[in-house]
Amino acid sequence: MNIPTNIATLIVGVLVTLISFWVGQHHGLLPVAASVNAPLIDGLFDTMITLSVGLFLLVQGALIFALFKFRKPKDDETDGPPWKENLPLEILWTGIPAIIVLGLSVYSFEVYSSIGGLEQLAMQAHHHSMKGAAIAAPLNSTNQSSPTEPRLATIGFTAPANVKGTGVTVDVTGLQYAWIFNYPDSGITSGELHLPLGQDVQLKIKAMDVLHAFWVPQFRLKQDAIPGRETELWFKPTVIGTYPIVCAELCGSFHGAMRSQVIIEPQSDYDAWVQQQLADSTPSDHPTIASAGQSQSVETRLAPRLAEMGISELTLAQVHPHHDG
Amino acid sequence: MITAQLDGILPVNPSPELTERKWWDYFTFNTDHKVIGIQYLVTSFLFYLVGGALATAVRKELSTPEVDFVSRELYNSLFTMHATVMIFLWIVPAANGAFGNFLLPLMIGARDMAFPRLNAIAFWLIPPGGILLMSSFLVGAPASGWTSYPPLSLMNGKWGELIWILSLLILGTSSILGAVNFITTLLLMRRPGIGLNNMPLFCWAMLSSSALVLISTPVLAGALILLCFDLIGGTSFFNPTGGGDPIVYQHMFWFYSHPAVYIMILPVFGLVSEILPVHARKPIFGYQAIAYSSLAISFLGLIVWAHHMFTSGVPGWLRMFFMVATMVIAVPTGIKVFSWVATVWGGKLRLNSGMLFAMGFVSMFVIGGLSGVMLASAPFDIHVHDTYFVVAHLHYVLFGGSVFGLYAAIYHWFPKMTGRMINETWGKVHFVLTLVGFNLCFLPMHKVGLAGMPRRVAEYDPQFAAINLICSIGAYLLAVSTIPFVINAVYSWVRGPKAGANPWNAISPEWQTLSPPPIENYLGEPPFVPDPYDYGKDYNPGKRPMSQVKAADLWR
Repeated sequence: MNIPTNIATLIVGVLVTLISFWVGQHHGLLPVAASVNAPLIDGLFDTMITLSVGLFLLVQGALIFALFKFRKPKDDETDGPPWKENLPLEILWTGIPAIIVLGLSVYSFEVYSSIGGLEQLAMQAHHHSMKGAAIAAPLNSTNQSSPTEPRLATIGFTAPANVKGTGVTVDVTGLQYAWIFNYPDSGITSGELHLPLGQDVQLKIKAMDVLHAFWVPQFRLKQDAIPGRETELWFKPTVIGTYPIVCAELCGSFHGAMRSQVIIEPQSDYDAWVQQQLADSTPSDHPTIASAGQSQSVETRLAPRLAEMGISELTLAQVHPHHDG
Repeated sequence: MITAQLDGILPVNPSPELTERKWWDYFTFNTDHKVIGIQYLVTSFLFYLVGGALATAVRKELSTPEVDFVSRELYNSLFTMHATVMIFLWIVPAANGAFGNFLLPLMIGARDMAFPRLNAIAFWLIPPGGILLMSSFLVGAPASGWTSYPPLSLMNGKWGELIWILSLLILGTSSILGAVNFITTLLLMRRPGIGLNNMPLFCWAMLSSSALVLISTPVLAGALILLCFDLIGGTSFFNPTGGGDPIVYQHMFWFYSHPAVYIMILPVFGLVSEILPVHARKPIFGYQAIAYSSLAISFLGLIVWAHHMFTSGVPGWLRMFFMVATMVIAVPTGIKVFSWVATVWGGKLRLNSGMLFAMGFVSMFVIGGLSGVMLASAPFDIHVHDTYFVVAHLHYVLFGGSVFGLYAAIYHWFPKMTGRMINETWGKVHFVLTLVGFNLCFLPMHKVGLAGMPRRVAEYDPQFAAINLICSIGAYLLAVSTIPFVINAVYSWVRGPKAGANPWNAISPEWQTLSPPPIENYLGEPPFVPDPYDYGKDYNPGKRPMSQVKAADLWR
């Protein structure tokens, strides 16, 4: 069955296109998208996968086809045809990739801009040109120092101009080898990041010692924590869940163990957590959360359990020297 | 029947005036470019084995999610040294120093390089630089990654980091001296009749690579010297506690280290452009395009460095500039890939080991190039920066690209360098083991990077355990794959069948002389090869009808 080359090429082209689009939509390579900006990144990635699969199939296909079809025939020591150039073909395979990368550049620029990556520029320009003009509250609070101070990497979805004073601000500190989260509004300090669903979040990221990087794969956001300067991430979480916070810049031996979690929860749960944190940290004569035996000594509290634990009272006294309370 | 004719070029019995090389010359300070080339090749290959052993240790640790093979500190040293050795002691010297030195004078019809003594000095900086680097294991090897970002690199062991800096300064100097030689030789020592537009494409590749070496390596030296002052001199160039800025180091470091990747791949592009036509029996497709694309990549390679810093401290508008410039590099690279495919298309492919590795190079490099275009996109890179997606990409271009290409070149020019044929069957075994092991090791890394696994970690989320085990098995297979190659190469060098001057019937100038070439390279005048890719036509270098000879052929 001798299929004409044109038809065969057409069929191959159609197949390649179909496979590329299918893989682009169904690759399943990324984790759940849990912030407003994440689907934008995923859409961009899907497009790039589609293009890559297409190009991959074309090039690999041509190579494998050539590997079999154009093998040296037995006993034929002659040369192949003296093809040296083909200007229209070369223009085609220069032009098409050029258009593709230009298109990807524009698309990437759009995505980057939508997630607020150029906001820094807009903010500073705006600030410069409209002195005294009203700017949304968070801008003021974060722009106390002179506009020329290098505050870099303002990346997130909700651009600062949209934030009307609501939302959550968290000071994130990275140090060898943990993340510490301070909520300046309520004075809470925590080793985990709790955030309410659907609220704008501003993370102000600092590093105490060496470079770290704050990365939540499900938000598709990563920002280096740079000692000596503050960096930021703005975003809005959209899916309830618990996601890993991964340190993504080599920071020493325990870099691989430097992780935390971000818990996205409904507003009510978040408020309850805030209340609990406040209560736990406030010393009180009337503890709202009953903590049995808080006023008892360690020995008294443990007495019923000593037999279970297999420790004698003497051992306990040695291990835990008695002091008041 | 069209084959290259050598009548009238080579004597049947070489006259006693053509001197032969003695084997012990290869262990001395020798100014012959062919000796230096082989010295570079063997030395760098030994360091490749060292780097490979380090990689095997890394992968052994990563085969389980816990830290159970080495300590965390040692693990960080292992991957730091793995990368440093592979870059500065294997690929850069092998692609540039080894093949650049051995081939360039032969390809342009010169007797040697422009500065033979400088050439030997450049090589002899490699062994001490390498030994110095390895000695850091005795005092606590550096453990801050081959990128050595401060402040971390100022806080780990001082001696290891100092040794690392000094050895890189030595190896960088070697690289610069080599580049000086290559550029001078290529621009000034071409044989009459060989213009820039008909010299072999490997020469264009070496011009482009050497330009990058000259421009960017001194900036690395600057960065390392300032880092050294911070480390032992109490200065604060990069230390924030003293008012310094770690980001400045990143800019200076990457200003070299991005061009460095082109220094590692451009010569290999050139080598592949030489190999494919010979075994496809077809001219290289698009000579002009390939030549100029090398220059384009070289130039563009200098203005994309901050794409390594997309999540660092660089303003958004600057990220956009670097994103676009990086995307643009895909165009000249794509031109090459398509030209190579067009070269083999319609040919009469001899699928020997060199050709298999060369085609494998195109195949694997495309994958690395595609993931590279993805990484160029700044918003996407935010997610995958510093993850295994990057590790996958860089290994596809550096191993699937440079190493495959270097293997292809070793198989292809083995007869010319040693005068003997390497065993083809074992070469094919080597190819299959390498191809399978390589893809098994690095393809799955794309997935775990996208899913959330960062790089440079000894311990990781157990959800990635299964894939990491697969990667480690692939790595072990890669380790095993070098065994048949080493045995084959050594045995064939000593006792392989004699090769003759031109076992591949190639047209390129280096094949128009004995194997191995005599010290003088050629008997009498170096042969005039106006078109080194002139397959598919009648070819007889000794006799050309006057009507085909242009005045420009006779005079420079």
